[in-house]
Amino acid sequence: MEIDALLLSRLQFAFTVSYHILFPAFTIGLAAFLAVLEGLWLWTKRDAFKTLYLFWVKIFAISFGMGVVSGIVLSYQFGTNWSEFIRITGGVIGPLLAYEVLTAFFLEASFLGVMLFGWKKVGPRLHFLATVLVAVGTSISAFWILSANSWMQTPQGFEVLADGTMRATDFAAVIFNPSFPSRLVHMLLAAFLTTGLVVGAASAYRVLKERAQKGGGGPVEGWTESRIGLVMAIGLVAVVAPLQLLAGHWSGEVAHEHQPLKTAAIEGYWETRADQPLHLFGIPDRAAQKNHLEVSIPGVGNMIQNVPRDEVIKGLDQWAPDDQPPVFIPFFAFRVMVGLGLLMIALGLGGAWLHWRKRLFDSPWFLRFCVAMGPSGFLAVLAGWMVTEVGRQPWLVYGVLRTRDAVSPVTTAEVATSLIAYISVYAVVFTAGAIFILRLMAEGPVAAAAEPDPRQDRAPGSALAKAPADTTPGEDA
Amino acid sequence: MLDLPLIWAGLIATAVLLYVVLDGFDLGVGILFPFAKRKEERDVMMNTVAPVWDGNETWLVLGGGGLLAAFPGAFSVLMPALYLPVLLMLAGLILRGVAFEFRFRARDRGRKFWTQMFAGGSILTAVAQGLILGGFIQGVTVVDGRFAGGTFDWLTPYSLLVAAGLVAGYALLGGAWLMMKTKDNLHGDAKRWTLIAAGAVAALLAAVSLATLYIHPRIASRWGFDLSNGFALDWAALAPLLVIPAVGLAGLAMVFVMARKGSHRWPFVGAIAVFLSGYLGLAASFTPYVAPYALDYRQAAAPDNALALMLWGTAFILPLILIYTAWVYWVFRGKVDEESGYHH
Repeated sequence: MEIDALLLSRLQFAFTVSYHILFPAFTIGLAAFLAVLEGLWLWTKRDAFKTLYLFWVKIFAISFGMGVVSGIVLSYQFGTNWSEFIRITGGVIGPLLAYEVLTAFFLEASFLGVMLFGWKKVGPRLHFLATVLVAVGTSISAFWILSANSWMQTPQGFEVLADGTMRATDFAAVIFNPSFPSRLVHMLLAAFLTTGLVVGAASAYRVLKERAQKGGGGPVEGWTESRIGLVMAIGLVAVVAPLQLLAGHWSGEVAHEHQPLKTAAIEGYWETRADQPLHLFGIPDRAAQKNHLEVSIPGVGNMIQNVPRDEVIKGLDQWAPDDQPPVFIPFFAFRVMVGLGLLMIALGLGGAWLHWRKRLFDSPWFLRFCVAMGPSGFLAVLAGWMVTEVGRQPWLVYGVLRTRDAVSPVTTAEVATSLIAYISVYAVVFTAGAIFILRLMAEGPVAAAAEPDPRQDRAPGSALAKAPADTTPGEDA
Repeated sequence: MLDLPLIWAGLIATAVLLYVVLDGFDLGVGILFPFAKRKEERDVMMNTVAPVWDGNETWLVLGGGGLLAAFPGAFSVLMPALYLPVLLMLAGLILRGVAFEFRFRARDRGRKFWTQMFAGGSILTAVAQGLILGGFIQGVTVVDGRFAGGTFDWLTPYSLLVAAGLVAGYALLGGAWLMMKTKDNLHGDAKRWTLIAAGAVAALLAAVSLATLYIHPRIASRWGFDLSNGFALDWAALAPLLVIPAVGLAGLAMVFVMARKGSHRWPFVGAIAVFLSGYLGLAASFTPYVAPYALDYRQAAAPDNALALMLWGTAFILPLILIYTAWVYWVFRGKVDEESGYHH
C-alpha cells in the first residue's frame, strides 16, 4: 500500500474520529444521568443525590470539554482533508450538519456555563432546566450526526447534477434514510450503556475500597452515595443491555437489506449460497478469498439473519476483490462488540439478581467484574463504529462516491504533518484528562463533591485579612 | 423570490463577526495571561470567561459549518488552501479549550503547564486566524472548482502582518473586557494592557490598510485608489466608504479617552467598534467573493432547496439562540473577584 495523502487522510480521520467518539459516547448518557440525579434531588431532597450530582458533574465538565475541542477538528477536517466529499455532497448533507450546530451545539455550550458555574447564580429549578437542556442538546447532536452518517451508508433522496455535484430531491428522505432509525437507537443505547458501565465501575471501586477501610466497623463516609450510584448503574445496564441486543439485531437486518456487502464482510461469507453457516471464528484472507481456521456452526447463519434457510445470501464473491472492504477488520470488530455486549448483559442481569438477593455489596468478585467492565462500553462503541465505517469501504457514500475520489488536493507532507500534530496534541490532552478523571473517581463522590473553598486555593502567605479594599479607580458606568 | 445565496452570505458574515468579537475577547484574555502578576489574578481572568467561552466558540463552528452547508464550493477550496494555518488554529483551540478545566484540576507543575497551554494556545489560535485571514485576502488559486495552489501560498510578509494585527486586536478586546469585569489591581493592569494594545492596533491597522492597498490593486481600486503608476484617487468611489475608517477611528478614540476618564465599560464598546470597522472594511473589499478572487457567493452556493431548508430553521432558531445567549451573559453579569472562587 502506497503512503499517500489518501492513506494518511484515512488514518487521520480514523484516529481523530475514534478519539472524539469516546467523549460523546460517555457524555450523552452522563448528561441524562445528571439530569436524573438533579431531578431526584429536587424531588426527594435527599442530599446523597446532590452529592452524586456535584461529583459526576466535575467528571462531565472534563469529558465534555475534551469532546467539544475534538469535535471542532472533525467539522473542519471535512474541508481540509475531504474537500471533494463536501464539494460533491455538501448540498445534501451540509444542512444536516448546519442543523446540528443550530439545534444542539448552541444549546449545549450556552447552558453548560449555567450548569457548571451557575449553581449560586440561578435558582435550583432554573439550574435543573439548564442540566436538562444540556442533556437534550447532546441527544439532538447525535440525531443529526447519525442522520448524516446513515445517509452515507444508505443514501437516497438525491440526484447528481451535470457538474458532478449533488442536489437533494427530497430532504425528508435524506434525513430519514433507511438505516437512520436503527442506527440512532443503537448509538443512543450504546451511549447510555457506556455511561452506566463507567458509573458502575467507579461506584463498585468505591464500595470495594470502603469495605476494606471499614474492616467490620460502622459505615464510612460516602457509603450511601457509592451504593446508590452502583444500584442505579446496574439497573440501567440490566434494562439497556438486552435492549441493545435487539437494537443491534435490527441494525444488522437493515444492513442485510441495504448493504449486503457489509453483511458479507461482517459474517465472513465469501461464497454466495443458501443455508449459510455461522462463523464463530476465522481469519479472513482477502488475497485467498477465504477464511482460515474457521470455527462454524452449519445451518444457522440464515436464521441469525432472520431469513429462511433456503434463501440465498450474497457472499463477497459478488464483488471484485478491489470492491470488497478489508474484511478482517469488520469481521473481528463485530465479534469483539458482540462479545462485550454479552458480558454487559451478564453484568446487568447478574447484578440485578444479586441485588434482589441483597448480596450485591457483599460480592467482591462481582464488584471486581464491574470495575473491569468500566471501559467495555468505550471498546464496544469503537468496535461498532469500525464495523460500520470499515464495512462501508471502498465507498464513502455507499455505492455512489468512493473514498479515494473524496480526498482533498493536498500533499502527502501536509497530511503527515497534521497527523503527527494531532497524535501529539491528543496524547497530551488524553493523558491529562484521564489522570484527572481517574483521580476524581479514586477520591469518590463525597471527597470530590465538596464545594472548593476559594480561600484554601490561595497561595501561602496571602492572608485574607491583608486583601486590599476595592480601590479600583474610576466609576463603574 | 428570495435571493438565498445573498441572504446566506450575509448570515455567515454575521456569524463570523459575532465569533470574532465574542471569542476575540476570551482569546484576548489568554493572550494577556503571561502579563498577569499572580496566580490568583490569572484565576480571576479565566473565571471572567469560563462560563461563556464554549458558547462563544460555537460561532466558529457555525461559521465553518455554515460555510460548508451554504457554500460547499468555497469551503472545499478554502480549507485545502489554508491547510496548515487551519491545523495550527485547531491545535491552539484544543490546548486552550481543555486548559479551562485542566488548569483548575492540575497540581503544581501540571497547573503551570496548563497555564502556559492556555496562554500559548490562545496566542497560537490568534496567530493562525490572522494567517487564515491574510491568506484569504491574498486570494486562492482555483482550477476547475478545486484548489490548485501550493502548500505555503498563505505564508507571506503580508499575512504575518495581518496575524500581528489580529493578535493585538484580540488583546485589545481582552483587555477592555477585563477592565469591565475586574477590580482593584487587576483592573489597573487591564487598563494599562488595553491602552498599550490600542496603540499597537492603531499602528498595525494603519500598516495593514496601507499594505493591502499597495499589494492588492484590485482592492485599492474598489477604494478609489490607483497606485499602479504614481497616485490617482477617485473620490466618488472613496467618499461613501470613508464612514468605515471613521468608525474605527472613533472606536480607538473612545478606548483612549474613556479609559483615561476612568470608565469601565466604554473601552469595550470602543474595541468592538474597531473590530466592526475592520470587518466592514474587509466586506467592502471582497464583496461578492467567498473564495477570493475565484468564486463569488453565487458560484459557490449550495442548491436553493438546501439554502431554503436551512433558512426556515435559522429564522426560527437563531433569534432563540441570541436570546438565551444574552440571558447567560446576564446571569454572569458583574465583576468577578478572587472571593468568587471557582464553580461546580
